Amino acid sequence: MSNVVHVVSVPRLAETGKVTQARVALSEWTKLHSLRSTRWSLVVAVILTIGLPLLFATVVGTHWAHMAPRERANRHPLDIALAGVNLSQLAIAVLGVLIITGEYSTGMIRASFTAVPRRLPVLWAKLGVYAFVVLVLAVPSVLLAFWGSQKILAQHHILQISLTHPGVLRSVLGGAAYLVVLGMFAMAVGAIVRNTAGGIATFAAIFFVVPPLMNILPTSWNNAISKYLPDAAGRDVFSLTHGPHDLAPGPGFALFCGYTALVIAIAAVLLVRRDT
Amino acid sequence: MIEARGLTKDYGEKRAVDGLDFDVRPGVVTGFLGPNGSGKSTTMRLILGLDAPTAGTVTLDGKHYRDFAAPLHEVGALLEARSVHTGRSAYNHLLALAQTHGIGKRRVNELVDLVGLHEVARKRAGQFSLGMGQRLGIATALLGDPATLLLDEPSNGLDPEGIHWIRNLLKSLASEGRTVFVSSHLMSEMALTADHLIVIGRGRLIANTSVDEFVQRASGGLVRARSPQAMRLRELVTGPDVSVESGEPGVLEISGLSPQQVGEIAAAHSIVLHELTPMQASLEEAFMELTREDVEFKAGEVAADEEGAA
Repeated sequence: MSNVVHVVSVPRLAETGKVTQARVALSEWTKLHSLRSTRWSLVVAVILTIGLPLLFATVVGTHWAHMAPRERANRHPLDIALAGVNLSQLAIAVLGVLIITGEYSTGMIRASFTAVPRRLPVLWAKLGVYAFVVLVLAVPSVLLAFWGSQKILAQHHILQISLTHPGVLRSVLGGAAYLVVLGMFAMAVGAIVRNTAGGIATFAAIFFVVPPLMNILPTSWNNAISKYLPDAAGRDVFSLTHGPHDLAPGPGFALFCGYTALVIAIAAVLLVRRDT
Repeated sequence: MIEARGLTKDYGEKRAVDGLDFDVRPGVVTGFLGPNGSGKSTTMRLILGLDAPTAGTVTLDGKHYRDFAAPLHEVGALLEARSVHTGRSAYNHLLALAQTHGIGKRRVNELVDLVGLHEVARKRAGQFSLGMGQRLGIATALLGDPATLLLDEPSNGLDPEGIHWIRNLLKSLASEGRTVFVSSHLMSEMALTADHLIVIGRGRLIANTSVDEFVQRASGGLVRARSPQAMRLRELVTGPDVSVESGEPGVLEISGLSPQQVGEIAAAHSIVLHELTPMQASLEEAFMELTREDVEFKAGEVAADEEGAA
Protein backbone atom coordinates (compact mmCIF):
# COMPACT_ATOMS: atom_id res chain seq x y z
CA MET A 1 0.00 0.00 0.00
CA SER A 2 1.47 3.34 -1.00
CA ASN A 3 1.88 6.05 1.55
CA VAL A 4 -0.31 8.62 -0.18
CA VAL A 5 -3.01 6.96 -2.17
CA HIS A 6 -5.11 4.34 -0.53
CA VAL A 7 -5.97 2.27 -3.56
CA VAL A 8 -9.62 1.45 -4.05
CA SER A 9 -9.90 -1.29 -6.58
CA VAL A 10 -13.12 -2.43 -8.16
CA PRO A 11 -13.22 -6.18 -8.53
CA ARG A 12 -13.45 -7.17 -12.17
CA LEU A 13 -16.52 -8.91 -13.45
CA ALA A 14 -15.80 -12.23 -15.14
CA GLU A 15 -18.40 -11.76 -17.82
CA THR A 16 -21.44 -9.67 -18.49
CA GLY A 17 -24.34 -10.92 -20.50
CA LYS A 18 -26.39 -9.09 -23.02
CA VAL A 19 -29.74 -7.60 -22.17
CA THR A 20 -32.46 -10.06 -23.13
CA GLN A 21 -36.22 -9.93 -22.73
CA ALA A 22 -36.11 -12.86 -20.29
CA ARG A 23 -33.50 -11.13 -18.13
CA VAL A 24 -35.49 -7.91 -18.08
CA ALA A 25 -38.54 -9.94 -17.04
CA LEU A 26 -36.58 -11.44 -14.14
CA SER A 27 -35.49 -7.94 -13.17
CA GLU A 28 -39.08 -6.71 -13.22
CA TRP A 29 -40.12 -9.68 -11.07
CA THR A 30 -37.48 -8.65 -8.52
CA LYS A 31 -38.72 -5.07 -8.64
CA LEU A 32 -42.33 -6.18 -8.19
CA HIS A 33 -41.91 -8.42 -5.18
CA SER A 34 -39.32 -6.28 -3.42
CA LEU A 35 -41.74 -3.43 -2.71
CA ARG A 36 -43.92 -3.48 0.34
CA SER A 37 -46.66 -1.54 -1.45
CA THR A 38 -47.02 -4.17 -4.19
CA ARG A 39 -47.13 -7.03 -1.74
CA TRP A 40 -49.83 -5.31 0.29
CA SER A 41 -51.92 -4.33 -2.74
CA LEU A 42 -51.88 -7.91 -3.97
CA VAL A 43 -52.74 -9.32 -0.55
CA VAL A 44 -55.64 -6.87 -0.30
CA ALA A 45 -56.84 -7.82 -3.79
CA VAL A 46 -56.82 -11.53 -2.91
CA ILE A 47 -58.58 -10.96 0.42
CA LEU A 48 -61.28 -8.87 -1.25
CA THR A 49 -61.79 -11.32 -4.10
CA ILE A 50 -62.29 -14.25 -1.74
CA GLY A 51 -63.55 -12.57 1.40
CA LEU A 52 -66.36 -10.44 0.02
CA PRO A 53 -68.25 -13.39 -1.58
CA LEU A 54 -67.95 -15.36 1.66
CA LEU A 55 -69.31 -12.41 3.60
CA PHE A 56 -72.17 -11.85 1.15
CA ALA A 57 -73.03 -15.56 1.10
CA THR A 58 -73.21 -15.58 4.90
CA VAL A 59 -75.40 -12.48 4.97
CA VAL A 60 -77.75 -13.76 2.24
CA GLY A 61 -77.90 -17.21 3.86
CA THR A 62 -78.83 -15.92 7.30
CA HIS A 63 -81.37 -13.41 5.98
CA TRP A 64 -82.91 -15.69 3.35
CA ALA A 65 -85.85 -16.67 5.58
CA HIS A 66 -86.83 -13.03 6.01
CA MET A 67 -86.46 -12.05 2.35
CA ALA A 68 -89.39 -11.30 0.07
CA PRO A 69 -89.81 -13.57 -2.97
CA ARG A 70 -88.90 -10.74 -5.32
CA GLU A 71 -85.75 -10.04 -3.39
CA ARG A 72 -84.86 -13.71 -3.46
CA ALA A 73 -85.33 -13.78 -7.24
CA ASN A 74 -82.84 -10.96 -7.59
CA ARG A 75 -80.10 -12.92 -5.83
CA HIS A 76 -77.83 -14.83 -8.14
CA PRO A 77 -75.08 -17.17 -6.91
CA LEU A 78 -72.58 -15.89 -9.47
CA ASP A 79 -73.16 -12.27 -8.48
CA ILE A 80 -72.24 -13.33 -4.97
CA ALA A 81 -69.23 -15.41 -6.06
CA LEU A 82 -67.81 -12.58 -8.18
CA ALA A 83 -68.73 -9.67 -5.91
CA GLY A 84 -65.10 -9.45 -4.79
CA VAL A 85 -63.85 -8.81 -8.31
CA ASN A 86 -65.76 -5.53 -8.37
CA LEU A 87 -63.76 -4.26 -5.43
CA SER A 88 -60.40 -5.94 -5.99
CA GLN A 89 -60.29 -4.44 -9.49
CA LEU A 90 -59.57 -1.15 -7.79
CA ALA A 91 -56.51 -2.55 -6.00
CA ILE A 92 -55.30 -4.24 -9.20
CA ALA A 93 -55.74 -1.05 -11.24
CA VAL A 94 -54.09 1.22 -8.69
CA LEU A 95 -51.14 -1.14 -8.42
CA GLY A 96 -50.89 -1.36 -12.21
CA VAL A 97 -50.62 2.43 -12.42
CA LEU A 98 -48.25 2.59 -9.47
CA ILE A 99 -45.78 0.02 -10.79
CA ILE A 100 -44.84 2.37 -13.58
CA THR A 101 -45.54 5.81 -12.12
CA GLY A 102 -43.59 4.86 -8.98
CA GLU A 103 -40.50 4.62 -11.17
CA TYR A 104 -41.10 8.09 -12.53
CA SER A 105 -41.81 9.73 -9.17
CA THR A 106 -38.68 8.26 -7.54
CA GLY A 107 -36.36 8.63 -10.54
CA MET A 108 -35.87 4.86 -10.73
CA ILE A 109 -36.95 5.04 -14.37
CA ARG A 110 -33.59 6.65 -15.22
CA ALA A 111 -31.74 3.68 -13.75
CA SER A 112 -34.10 1.28 -15.54
CA PHE A 113 -33.62 2.99 -18.91
CA THR A 114 -29.88 3.27 -18.40
CA ALA A 115 -29.73 -0.50 -17.96
CA VAL A 116 -32.16 -1.12 -20.82
CA PRO A 117 -31.81 1.89 -23.14
CA ARG A 118 -34.09 0.41 -25.77
CA ARG A 119 -36.85 0.88 -23.18
CA LEU A 120 -39.55 -1.27 -24.76
CA PRO A 121 -38.29 -4.49 -23.14
CA VAL A 122 -38.96 -2.78 -19.79
CA LEU A 123 -42.58 -2.10 -20.75
CA TRP A 124 -43.16 -5.60 -22.10
CA ALA A 125 -41.56 -7.12 -19.00
CA LYS A 126 -43.64 -5.00 -16.63
CA LEU A 127 -46.85 -5.88 -18.47
CA GLY A 128 -45.96 -9.56 -18.74
CA VAL A 129 -44.83 -10.02 -15.15
CA TYR A 130 -47.78 -8.14 -13.72
CA ALA A 131 -50.29 -9.98 -15.91
CA PHE A 132 -48.74 -13.28 -14.87
CA VAL A 133 -48.79 -12.42 -11.18
CA VAL A 134 -52.41 -11.24 -11.33
CA LEU A 135 -53.38 -14.39 -13.26
CA VAL A 136 -51.67 -16.70 -10.78
CA LEU A 137 -53.36 -14.97 -7.84
CA ALA A 138 -56.75 -14.29 -9.43
CA VAL A 139 -57.57 -17.76 -10.80
CA PRO A 140 -57.37 -19.58 -7.45
CA SER A 141 -59.02 -16.59 -5.77
CA VAL A 142 -62.15 -16.63 -7.97
CA LEU A 143 -62.38 -20.43 -7.75
CA LEU A 144 -62.08 -20.29 -3.96
CA ALA A 145 -64.63 -17.49 -3.89
CA PHE A 146 -67.02 -19.61 -5.96
CA TRP A 147 -66.59 -22.81 -3.96
CA GLY A 148 -66.52 -21.03 -0.63
CA SER A 149 -69.67 -19.00 -1.28
CA GLN A 150 -71.44 -22.09 -2.66
CA LYS A 151 -70.48 -24.08 0.45
CA ILE A 152 -71.93 -21.41 2.73
CA LEU A 153 -75.11 -21.12 0.65
CA ALA A 154 -75.40 -24.93 0.57
CA GLN A 155 -75.73 -24.94 4.37
CA HIS A 156 -78.90 -22.91 3.85
CA HIS A 157 -79.93 -25.07 0.86
CA ILE A 158 -80.19 -22.07 -1.44
CA LEU A 159 -78.72 -20.64 -4.66
CA GLN A 160 -76.81 -23.72 -5.75
CA ILE A 161 -75.19 -23.69 -9.16
CA SER A 162 -72.71 -26.10 -10.74
CA LEU A 163 -69.44 -25.15 -12.34
CA THR A 164 -70.45 -27.38 -15.24
CA HIS A 165 -73.64 -25.39 -15.80
CA PRO A 166 -73.26 -23.59 -19.16
CA GLY A 167 -71.40 -20.31 -18.81
CA VAL A 168 -70.57 -20.70 -15.13
CA LEU A 169 -66.94 -21.73 -15.49
CA ARG A 170 -66.49 -19.05 -18.18
CA SER A 171 -67.92 -16.42 -15.84
CA VAL A 172 -65.83 -17.48 -12.87
CA LEU A 173 -62.57 -17.63 -14.82
CA GLY A 174 -63.73 -14.55 -16.70
CA GLY A 175 -63.52 -12.65 -13.41
CA ALA A 176 -59.83 -13.53 -13.25
CA ALA A 177 -59.27 -12.74 -16.93
CA TYR A 178 -60.94 -9.36 -16.45
CA LEU A 179 -58.54 -8.52 -13.60
CA VAL A 180 -55.51 -9.55 -15.66
CA VAL A 181 -56.40 -7.38 -18.65
CA LEU A 182 -57.57 -4.54 -16.42
CA GLY A 183 -54.18 -4.53 -14.68
CA MET A 184 -52.44 -4.16 -18.04
CA PHE A 185 -54.85 -1.41 -19.12
CA ALA A 186 -54.12 0.52 -15.92
CA MET A 187 -50.37 0.03 -16.28
CA ALA A 188 -50.43 1.39 -19.83
CA VAL A 189 -52.42 4.41 -18.61
CA GLY A 190 -49.71 4.92 -15.97
CA ALA A 191 -47.01 4.75 -18.66
CA ILE A 192 -48.79 7.43 -20.68
CA VAL A 193 -49.57 9.80 -17.80
CA ARG A 194 -46.31 9.11 -15.84
CA ASN A 195 -47.80 10.50 -12.65
CA THR A 196 -49.49 8.46 -9.93
CA ALA A 197 -52.37 10.78 -9.10
CA GLY A 198 -52.99 11.59 -12.75
CA GLY A 199 -52.81 7.93 -13.74
CA ILE A 200 -55.29 6.78 -11.14
CA ALA A 201 -57.62 9.69 -11.93
CA THR A 202 -57.51 8.91 -15.65
CA PHE A 203 -58.24 5.28 -15.00
CA ALA A 204 -61.09 6.10 -12.62
CA ALA A 205 -62.57 8.52 -15.15
CA ILE A 206 -62.63 5.86 -17.86
CA PHE A 207 -64.02 3.07 -15.66
CA PHE A 208 -66.08 4.74 -12.98
CA VAL A 209 -67.03 8.24 -14.10
CA VAL A 210 -67.85 7.98 -17.80
CA PRO A 211 -70.23 4.95 -17.57
CA PRO A 212 -72.79 6.58 -15.22
CA LEU A 213 -72.55 9.83 -17.21
CA MET A 214 -74.01 7.91 -20.14
CA ASN A 215 -77.34 7.94 -18.33
CA ILE A 216 -77.64 11.61 -19.18
CA LEU A 217 -77.87 10.71 -22.86
CA PRO A 218 -81.19 9.74 -24.43
CA THR A 219 -81.88 6.08 -23.63
CA SER A 220 -81.51 4.94 -27.22
CA TRP A 221 -78.07 6.56 -27.43
CA ASN A 222 -77.08 5.23 -24.06
CA ASN A 223 -78.08 1.70 -25.07
CA ALA A 224 -76.22 2.02 -28.35
CA ILE A 225 -73.01 3.43 -26.89
CA SER A 226 -72.60 2.15 -23.35
CA LYS A 227 -72.00 -1.48 -24.26
CA TYR A 228 -68.92 -0.46 -26.19
CA LEU A 229 -67.26 1.31 -23.25
CA PRO A 230 -64.20 -0.49 -21.84
CA ASP A 231 -65.85 -1.09 -18.49
CA ALA A 232 -69.03 -2.66 -19.92
CA ALA A 233 -67.15 -4.64 -22.55
CA GLY A 234 -64.80 -6.06 -19.93
CA ARG A 235 -67.64 -7.04 -17.61
CA ASP A 236 -69.34 -9.13 -20.27
CA VAL A 237 -66.83 -11.90 -19.69
CA PHE A 238 -67.82 -12.44 -16.07
CA SER A 239 -71.55 -11.89 -16.35
CA LEU A 240 -73.57 -15.08 -16.72
CA THR A 241 -76.59 -13.40 -18.28
CA HIS A 242 -76.53 -10.76 -20.94
CA GLY A 243 -79.28 -8.29 -21.63
CA PRO A 244 -80.38 -7.08 -25.06
CA HIS A 245 -78.06 -4.06 -24.80
CA ASP A 246 -74.95 -6.03 -23.76
CA LEU A 247 -72.33 -7.59 -25.98
CA ALA A 248 -71.84 -11.36 -25.82
CA PRO A 249 -68.95 -12.50 -23.57
CA GLY A 250 -66.62 -13.30 -26.47
CA PRO A 251 -67.00 -10.08 -28.47
CA GLY A 252 -67.18 -8.00 -25.30
CA PHE A 253 -63.94 -9.39 -23.94
CA ALA A 254 -62.28 -9.11 -27.35
CA LEU A 255 -63.23 -5.44 -27.47
CA PHE A 256 -61.87 -4.93 -23.95
CA CYS A 257 -58.59 -6.57 -25.01
CA GLY A 258 -58.58 -4.37 -28.11
CA TYR A 259 -58.88 -1.21 -26.00
CA THR A 260 -56.07 -2.46 -23.80
CA ALA A 261 -53.86 -3.20 -26.81
CA LEU A 262 -54.54 0.30 -28.13
CA VAL A 263 -53.59 1.96 -24.83
CA ILE A 264 -50.46 -0.20 -24.64
CA ALA A 265 -49.51 0.78 -28.21
CA ILE A 266 -49.84 4.49 -27.36
CA ALA A 267 -47.77 3.94 -24.20
CA ALA A 268 -45.06 2.12 -26.19
CA VAL A 269 -44.75 4.86 -28.81
CA LEU A 270 -44.54 7.59 -26.15
CA LEU A 271 -42.11 5.60 -24.02
CA VAL A 272 -39.58 5.43 -26.83
CA ARG A 273 -40.03 9.02 -27.97
CA ARG A 274 -40.15 11.01 -24.78
CA ASP A 275 -37.27 12.38 -22.75
CA THR A 276 -36.90 10.85 -19.34
CA MET B 1 -13.92 7.44 -25.55
CA ILE B 2 -16.90 9.77 -25.53
CA GLU B 3 -17.33 11.96 -28.60
CA ALA B 4 -19.77 14.85 -28.72
CA ARG B 5 -20.29 16.65 -32.02
CA GLY B 6 -22.47 19.72 -32.26
CA LEU B 7 -24.48 18.40 -29.34
CA THR B 8 -27.51 20.62 -28.80
CA LYS B 9 -30.58 20.30 -26.62
CA ASP B 10 -33.55 22.63 -26.33
CA TYR B 11 -36.22 22.41 -23.69
CA GLY B 12 -38.98 24.46 -25.19
CA GLU B 13 -37.56 27.91 -25.81
CA LYS B 14 -34.55 27.36 -23.63
CA ARG B 15 -31.29 26.04 -25.07
CA ALA B 16 -29.72 23.91 -22.35
CA VAL B 17 -26.81 22.58 -24.39
CA ASP B 18 -25.49 24.55 -27.31
CA GLY B 19 -23.31 22.94 -29.96
CA LEU B 20 -20.89 21.08 -27.71
CA ASP B 21 -17.87 19.44 -29.32
CA PHE B 22 -15.54 17.46 -27.11
CA ASP B 23 -13.80 14.12 -26.65
CA VAL B 24 -13.35 12.34 -23.35
CA ARG B 25 -10.32 10.07 -23.51
CA PRO B 26 -9.78 6.82 -21.62
CA GLY B 27 -7.08 6.46 -18.97
CA VAL B 28 -7.48 9.87 -17.37
CA VAL B 29 -10.02 11.56 -15.15
CA THR B 30 -11.80 14.24 -17.15
CA GLY B 31 -13.51 16.89 -15.10
CA PHE B 32 -16.71 18.42 -16.44
CA LEU B 33 -17.05 21.86 -14.95
CA GLY B 34 -19.63 24.52 -15.12
CA PRO B 35 -21.77 26.69 -12.89
CA ASN B 36 -25.13 25.33 -11.81
CA GLY B 37 -27.53 25.33 -14.70
CA SER B 38 -24.80 25.31 -17.32
CA GLY B 39 -25.98 22.07 -18.93
CA LYS B 40 -23.77 19.44 -17.29
CA SER B 41 -26.60 17.17 -16.20
CA THR B 42 -28.35 17.56 -19.54
CA THR B 43 -25.16 16.53 -21.33
CA MET B 44 -24.91 13.47 -19.11
CA ARG B 45 -28.51 12.53 -19.91
CA LEU B 46 -27.85 13.01 -23.63
CA ILE B 47 -24.86 10.68 -23.45
CA LEU B 48 -27.05 8.02 -21.84
CA GLY B 49 -29.87 8.51 -24.33
CA LEU B 50 -32.30 9.44 -21.56
CA ASP B 51 -32.99 12.64 -23.48
CA ALA B 52 -32.74 12.91 -27.24
CA PRO B 53 -30.56 15.72 -28.64
CA THR B 54 -32.25 18.47 -30.65
CA ALA B 55 -29.21 18.44 -32.95
CA GLY B 56 -25.79 16.83 -33.08
CA THR B 57 -24.66 13.47 -31.75
CA VAL B 58 -22.86 11.95 -28.85
CA THR B 59 -21.32 8.50 -29.14
CA LEU B 60 -19.29 6.09 -27.03
CA ASP B 61 -16.55 4.38 -29.02
CA GLY B 62 -18.47 5.31 -32.12
CA LYS B 63 -21.82 3.88 -31.02
CA HIS B 64 -24.97 5.41 -29.64
CA TYR B 65 -25.61 4.31 -26.09
CA ARG B 66 -28.88 2.58 -26.89
CA ASP B 67 -27.16 0.37 -29.49
CA PHE B 68 -25.03 -1.49 -26.95
CA ALA B 69 -26.04 -5.07 -26.29
CA ALA B 70 -24.76 -4.86 -22.70
CA PRO B 71 -25.01 -1.14 -21.81
CA LEU B 72 -24.07 -1.50 -18.14
CA HIS B 73 -20.82 -3.12 -19.21
CA GLU B 74 -20.05 -0.10 -21.40
CA VAL B 75 -21.13 2.76 -19.17
CA GLY B 76 -21.75 3.12 -15.48
CA ALA B 77 -23.61 6.26 -14.55
CA LEU B 78 -24.32 8.18 -11.41
CA LEU B 79 -26.84 10.90 -12.16
CA GLU B 80 -27.25 13.94 -10.00
CA ALA B 81 -30.96 13.42 -9.57
CA ARG B 82 -31.62 10.33 -7.50
CA SER B 83 -32.51 7.29 -9.54
CA VAL B 84 -33.54 4.82 -6.86
CA HIS B 85 -37.00 3.68 -5.81
CA THR B 86 -37.35 4.83 -2.22
CA GLY B 87 -39.33 1.77 -1.21
CA ARG B 88 -36.79 -0.81 -2.32
CA SER B 89 -33.71 -1.99 -0.42
CA ALA B 90 -30.28 -1.17 -1.74
CA TYR B 91 -29.64 -4.86 -2.30
CA ASN B 92 -32.79 -5.41 -4.34
CA HIS B 93 -32.21 -2.20 -6.29
CA LEU B 94 -28.80 -3.44 -7.38
CA LEU B 95 -30.06 -6.97 -7.95
CA ALA B 96 -32.90 -5.82 -10.23
CA LEU B 97 -30.48 -3.82 -12.37
CA ALA B 98 -27.89 -6.62 -12.37
CA GLN B 99 -30.47 -9.12 -13.55
CA THR B 100 -31.11 -7.20 -16.78
CA HIS B 101 -27.58 -8.23 -17.79
CA GLY B 102 -27.52 -11.66 -16.19
CA ILE B 103 -25.14 -10.43 -13.49
CA GLY B 104 -25.34 -12.58 -10.36
CA LYS B 105 -25.91 -11.96 -6.67
CA ARG B 106 -22.24 -12.43 -5.87
CA ARG B 107 -21.42 -9.27 -7.81
CA VAL B 108 -24.17 -7.36 -6.03
CA ASN B 109 -22.77 -8.38 -2.63
CA GLU B 110 -19.26 -7.51 -3.77
CA LEU B 111 -20.30 -3.96 -4.61
CA VAL B 112 -22.40 -3.50 -1.50
CA ASP B 113 -19.24 -4.30 0.47
CA LEU B 114 -17.03 -2.14 -1.72
CA VAL B 115 -19.06 1.02 -1.15
CA GLY B 116 -19.51 0.26 2.54
CA LEU B 117 -23.26 -0.31 2.58
CA HIS B 118 -23.14 -3.81 4.02
CA GLU B 119 -24.90 -2.89 7.25
CA VAL B 120 -27.82 -1.12 5.56
CA ALA B 121 -28.16 -3.08 2.31
CA ARG B 122 -31.50 -4.56 3.37
CA LYS B 123 -32.95 -1.25 4.47
CA ARG B 124 -35.22 0.75 2.23
CA ALA B 125 -33.28 3.27 0.17
CA GLY B 126 -35.76 5.99 1.13
CA GLN B 127 -34.29 5.96 4.64
CA PHE B 128 -30.76 6.55 3.38
CA SER B 129 -28.84 9.72 4.10
CA LEU B 130 -27.57 11.73 1.14
CA GLY B 131 -24.13 10.16 1.53
CA MET B 132 -25.49 6.62 1.67
CA GLY B 133 -27.64 7.31 -1.38
CA GLN B 134 -24.55 8.53 -3.17
CA ARG B 135 -22.66 5.37 -2.28
CA LEU B 136 -25.55 3.31 -3.61
CA GLY B 137 -25.42 5.33 -6.82
CA ILE B 138 -21.71 4.60 -7.13
CA ALA B 139 -22.31 0.89 -6.57
CA THR B 140 -24.96 1.05 -9.31
CA ALA B 141 -22.50 2.70 -11.66
CA LEU B 142 -19.85 0.04 -11.03
CA LEU B 143 -22.22 -2.92 -11.29
CA GLY B 144 -21.40 -3.90 -14.85
CA ASP B 145 -17.63 -3.30 -14.55
CA PRO B 146 -18.01 -0.54 -17.14
CA ALA B 147 -15.40 0.77 -19.56
CA THR B 148 -16.72 4.30 -19.10
CA LEU B 149 -17.93 6.05 -15.96
CA LEU B 150 -20.19 9.07 -15.99
CA LEU B 151 -20.50 10.60 -12.57
CA ASP B 152 -22.58 13.69 -11.98
CA GLU B 153 -21.41 15.46 -8.82
CA PRO B 154 -20.28 12.25 -7.11
CA SER B 155 -19.01 13.87 -3.95
CA ASN B 156 -22.37 15.51 -3.21
CA GLY B 157 -23.35 14.75 0.35
CA LEU B 158 -20.30 12.67 1.16
CA ASP B 159 -18.35 13.27 4.33
CA PRO B 160 -14.62 14.12 4.06
CA GLU B 161 -13.70 10.45 4.34
CA GLY B 162 -16.14 9.61 1.55
CA ILE B 163 -14.78 12.40 -0.63
CA HIS B 164 -11.27 11.08 -0.11
CA TRP B 165 -12.51 7.60 -0.98
CA ILE B 166 -14.21 8.67 -4.20
CA ARG B 167 -11.17 10.66 -5.27
CA ASN B 168 -8.97 7.57 -4.99
CA LEU B 169 -11.61 5.43 -6.63
CA LEU B 170 -11.77 7.72 -9.66
CA LYS B 171 -8.01 7.78 -10.04
CA SER B 172 -7.74 4.03 -9.73
CA LEU B 173 -10.54 3.52 -12.27
CA ALA B 174 -8.78 5.80 -14.74
CA SER B 175 -5.44 4.10 -14.16
CA GLU B 176 -7.08 0.82 -15.18
CA GLY B 177 -7.63 2.43 -18.57
CA ARG B 178 -11.27 3.35 -18.13
CA THR B 179 -12.83 6.57 -19.36
CA VAL B 180 -13.83 8.62 -16.34
CA PHE B 181 -16.01 11.69 -16.84
CA VAL B 182 -16.88 13.53 -13.64
CA SER B 183 -18.96 16.65 -13.36
CA SER B 184 -18.63 19.13 -10.57
CA HIS B 185 -19.26 22.73 -9.78
CA LEU B 186 -16.51 22.63 -7.15
CA MET B 187 -13.12 23.54 -8.53
CA SER B 188 -11.14 22.52 -5.49
CA GLU B 189 -12.43 18.98 -5.87
CA MET B 190 -11.48 18.85 -9.54
CA ALA B 191 -8.01 20.23 -8.85
CA LEU B 192 -7.31 17.13 -6.76
CA THR B 193 -8.99 14.59 -9.01
CA ALA B 194 -9.01 15.57 -12.65
CA ASP B 195 -6.24 15.50 -15.24
CA HIS B 196 -8.21 17.11 -17.99
CA LEU B 197 -11.00 19.64 -17.93
CA ILE B 198 -14.00 20.38 -20.07
CA VAL B 199 -15.57 23.63 -18.94
CA ILE B 200 -19.00 24.78 -20.05
CA GLY B 201 -21.13 27.80 -19.33
CA ARG B 202 -24.70 28.35 -20.48
CA GLY B 203 -24.49 25.17 -22.53
CA ARG B 204 -21.44 26.28 -24.52
CA LEU B 205 -17.89 24.98 -24.41
CA ILE B 206 -15.57 27.43 -22.67
CA ALA B 207 -12.41 25.39 -22.32
CA ASN B 208 -11.12 21.94 -23.14
CA THR B 209 -7.68 21.71 -21.65
CA SER B 210 -5.43 20.13 -19.04
CA VAL B 211 -5.79 21.29 -15.46
CA ASP B 212 -2.30 22.85 -15.51
CA GLU B 213 -2.92 24.78 -18.70
CA PHE B 214 -6.25 25.94 -17.42
CA VAL B 215 -4.70 27.47 -14.34
CA GLN B 216 -1.79 28.90 -16.32
CA ARG B 217 -4.10 30.55 -18.75
CA ALA B 218 -6.15 32.23 -16.08
CA SER B 219 -3.33 33.32 -13.78
CA GLY B 220 -1.52 35.30 -16.51
CA GLY B 221 1.98 34.69 -15.07
CA LEU B 222 1.97 36.68 -11.88
CA VAL B 223 5.28 36.78 -9.99
CA ARG B 224 5.68 37.75 -6.38
CA ALA B 225 8.95 39.28 -5.22
CA ARG B 226 9.87 40.20 -1.68
CA SER B 227 12.84 42.47 -1.21
CA PRO B 228 14.12 45.04 1.26
CA GLN B 229 14.80 47.20 -1.83
CA ALA B 230 11.32 46.77 -3.25
CA MET B 231 10.99 50.41 -4.30
CA ARG B 232 14.16 50.20 -6.37
CA LEU B 233 13.15 46.88 -7.92
CA ARG B 234 9.80 48.35 -8.86
CA GLU B 235 11.43 51.13 -10.82
CA LEU B 236 13.68 48.66 -12.62
CA VAL B 237 11.04 46.19 -13.73
CA THR B 238 8.29 48.59 -14.69
CA GLY B 239 7.84 48.84 -18.41
CA PRO B 240 5.19 49.14 -21.13
CA ASP B 241 4.07 45.49 -20.88
CA VAL B 242 4.72 45.09 -17.19
CA SER B 243 2.50 46.16 -14.36
CA VAL B 244 3.40 46.05 -10.70
CA GLU B 245 1.21 46.11 -7.68
CA SER B 246 2.16 46.21 -4.08
CA GLY B 247 -0.14 44.84 -1.45
CA GLU B 248 2.13 45.19 1.53
CA PRO B 249 5.42 47.01 2.06
CA GLY B 250 8.38 45.14 0.61
CA VAL B 251 6.26 42.87 -1.58
CA LEU B 252 5.68 43.33 -5.32
CA GLU B 253 3.26 41.46 -7.53
CA ILE B 254 4.62 41.67 -11.04
CA SER B 255 2.75 40.62 -14.12
CA GLY B 256 4.28 40.48 -17.59
CA LEU B 257 7.66 39.07 -16.58
CA SER B 258 8.76 35.53 -15.82
CA PRO B 259 10.40 34.71 -12.46
CA GLN B 260 13.69 34.21 -14.39
CA GLN B 261 13.52 37.73 -15.85
CA VAL B 262 12.75 39.28 -12.48
CA GLY B 263 15.62 37.35 -10.88
CA GLU B 264 18.06 38.41 -13.56
CA ILE B 265 17.09 42.08 -13.29
CA ALA B 266 17.56 41.91 -9.52
CA ALA B 267 20.95 40.20 -9.85
CA ALA B 268 22.15 42.70 -12.47
CA HIS B 269 21.47 45.52 -10.04
CA SER B 270 22.60 43.69 -6.91
CA ILE B 271 19.17 43.76 -5.32
CA VAL B 272 18.59 41.34 -2.49
CA LEU B 273 15.57 39.10 -2.94
CA HIS B 274 13.96 37.33 0.01
CA GLU B 275 11.35 35.66 -2.07
CA LEU B 276 10.63 35.07 -5.75
CA THR B 277 7.48 33.03 -6.39
CA PRO B 278 5.57 32.29 -9.57
CA MET B 279 1.98 32.85 -8.52
CA GLN B 280 -0.71 30.50 -9.69
CA ALA B 281 -4.31 31.41 -9.61
CA SER B 282 -6.22 28.69 -7.86
CA LEU B 283 -8.41 26.57 -10.04
CA GLU B 284 -11.27 28.31 -8.33
CA GLU B 285 -10.08 31.73 -9.47
CA ALA B 286 -9.32 30.46 -12.95
CA PHE B 287 -12.80 29.10 -13.21
CA MET B 288 -14.43 32.26 -11.94
CA GLU B 289 -12.39 34.24 -14.42
CA LEU B 290 -13.38 32.06 -17.35
CA THR B 291 -17.04 31.61 -16.57
CA ARG B 292 -17.77 35.11 -15.35
CA GLU B 293 -19.61 35.90 -18.56
CA ASP B 294 -21.44 32.64 -18.62
CA VAL B 295 -22.95 32.29 -15.22
CA GLU B 296 -26.61 31.83 -15.87
CA PHE B 297 -27.95 33.09 -12.61
CA LYS B 298 -25.93 35.80 -11.01
CA ALA B 299 -26.21 36.54 -7.33
CA GLY B 300 -29.33 38.52 -6.67
CA GLU B 301 -31.33 36.88 -9.38
CA VAL B 302 -33.64 34.06 -8.52
CA ALA B 303 -31.89 30.74 -8.99
CA ALA B 304 -33.92 28.29 -10.99
CA ASP B 305 -33.81 24.54 -11.09
CA GLU B 306 -30.97 23.15 -13.12
CA GLU B 307 -32.36 22.67 -16.61
CA GLY B 308 -35.82 22.69 -15.12
CA ALA B 309 -36.57 19.32 -16.60
CA ALA B 310 -35.15 16.93 -14.07
